[in-house]
Amino acid sequence: MSENYTALHEQHQKAGASFTDFGGWQMPLKYGSELAEHHAVRNAAGIFDLSHMGEVWVTGPDAAAFLDYALVGKLSAIPAGKAKYSLMCQEDGGIIDDLISYRRGEDKYLVVPNAGNTKAVLAALVQRADGYDVKVEDVSAETSLIAVQGPNAEAILLGLIPAEQHSLVTELKYYAAAAVEINSQELLLARTGYTGEDGFEIYVPNEQAPVLWEALLEAGTDQGLIPAGLAARDSLRLEAGMPLYGNELSRHGNPYSAGLGPVVALSKEGDFVGKEALSTLKSAGVGTSKGQKLVGLIGLGRRAARGHYPVLKDRSLVGEVTSGQPSPTLGYPVAMAYVDVQHAEPGTALDIDLRGKAEPFEVVTLPFYKRQK
Amino acid sequence: MSKVKAELKYSKEHEWVAADGTGPAGIGISAVAADALGDIVYVDLPEVGSTVTAGETCGEVESTKSVSDLYAPVTGEVVEINDDVVSDPALINSDPYGAGWLFKVAVIDEGPLLSAEEYAAANGGEL
Repeated sequence: MSENYTALHEQHQKAGASFTDFGGWQMPLKYGSELAEHHAVRNAAGIFDLSHMGEVWVTGPDAAAFLDYALVGKLSAIPAGKAKYSLMCQEDGGIIDDLISYRRGEDKYLVVPNAGNTKAVLAALVQRADGYDVKVEDVSAETSLIAVQGPNAEAILLGLIPAEQHSLVTELKYYAAAAVEINSQELLLARTGYTGEDGFEIYVPNEQAPVLWEALLEAGTDQGLIPAGLAARDSLRLEAGMPLYGNELSRHGNPYSAGLGPVVALSKEGDFVGKEALSTLKSAGVGTSKGQKLVGLIGLGRRAARGHYPVLKDRSLVGEVTSGQPSPTLGYPVAMAYVDVQHAEPGTALDIDLRGKAEPFEVVTLPFYKRQK
Repeated sequence: MSKVKAELKYSKEHEWVAADGTGPAGIGISAVAADALGDIVYVDLPEVGSTVTAGETCGEVESTKSVSDLYAPVTGEVVEINDDVVSDPALINSDPYGAGWLFKVAVIDEGPLLSAEEYAAANGGEL
């Protein structure tokens, strides 16, 4: 049982949440029906407590060059105000974490690792900082993160933002962030998310989090906003084809098999951790002509695949499911799985061993669900 | 706290049995189990005419988050299944002891069953 509670624990208890241990934190799994929460995010809006996520500031004259070395992406290429999805890899190319970095100034980045990987990311950042003029500061314990996701997210937020700042929000691009006055506090507002919908993530000091949470819920009442838990978050991200660390990504995997090759900036100047191994994997064709590839699978029957179920072709083992469940939006089973590259082409018929019985599935292009823009 | 209905008997695998000795026994899953599973989206029931054996699996119940085997709480022939629950498995969540019933069995033998009091005490249910 984990000991970590977010600053919003009382709010969740009052709302009748059931809790689950996630990355060492007691997090709301659902408040009522996880299906209703899922549909609310697709059709109206949901509010999530994501305070288990880590927040690490990287600052100093070498901040950009340092992150170019510590992560696989070219973080120096993004302007202040933008965010970038990247990976932290080991020397052998194994994935330590997938994370988002926000550039907040010339020499200033906010790095956001997954809850369960925060310690490992922090340790690696500190270790990799040797020789760089940077400061690495973990503010995870003091920082809460609240997400408002769904088609009504923007309208809800505008209700708490002074009119003269509305354009900051309406003009905020996907994967961009700005300091905005929300409910009379200047906070970092990002147009990012993990649901496949439009939405925002708000970084807020712990002591201000409960008031903000309640203000957002009140502002969203007429817009169909309800609190949503990790169960809905997982089904939403799966439909959107987004990987979850621990399911699709791990130290034993690599970016090319995971379909994240484009995230690796092999051509960026200078060395970075994992460059040699990743370059070798790429030239060997891993994930394209060799090894395994992460694919989407849809079930032709009604039974859903779950993590670790075997994937079969003509009764031979060709892969393993990483995530799977019935898709609430689409109404049929969806799954992600690593399969041998020769069976990874969309349209390929495969079977999944569902507790002893082979059920037909078909390889499809990810994502399963894409919102209408 | 999840409701446990007083006049039923229960298996330790969370099935309830409604048997008054005059006809086939109705079988379903308890509110404790339905609440733990979450929103149920698929149910696989034994076929009418098939024989189920107490303590053995006879189907499955699948929610968005997990899947759980269905265990027969009694031995006997399945005489009726609830077609409504097959087409609308959410009935198991909304009315586990009523419209969410699963199937009926002409009972030859009962497995080890608990009283409602014993089941509620063992599973944190509310009578």
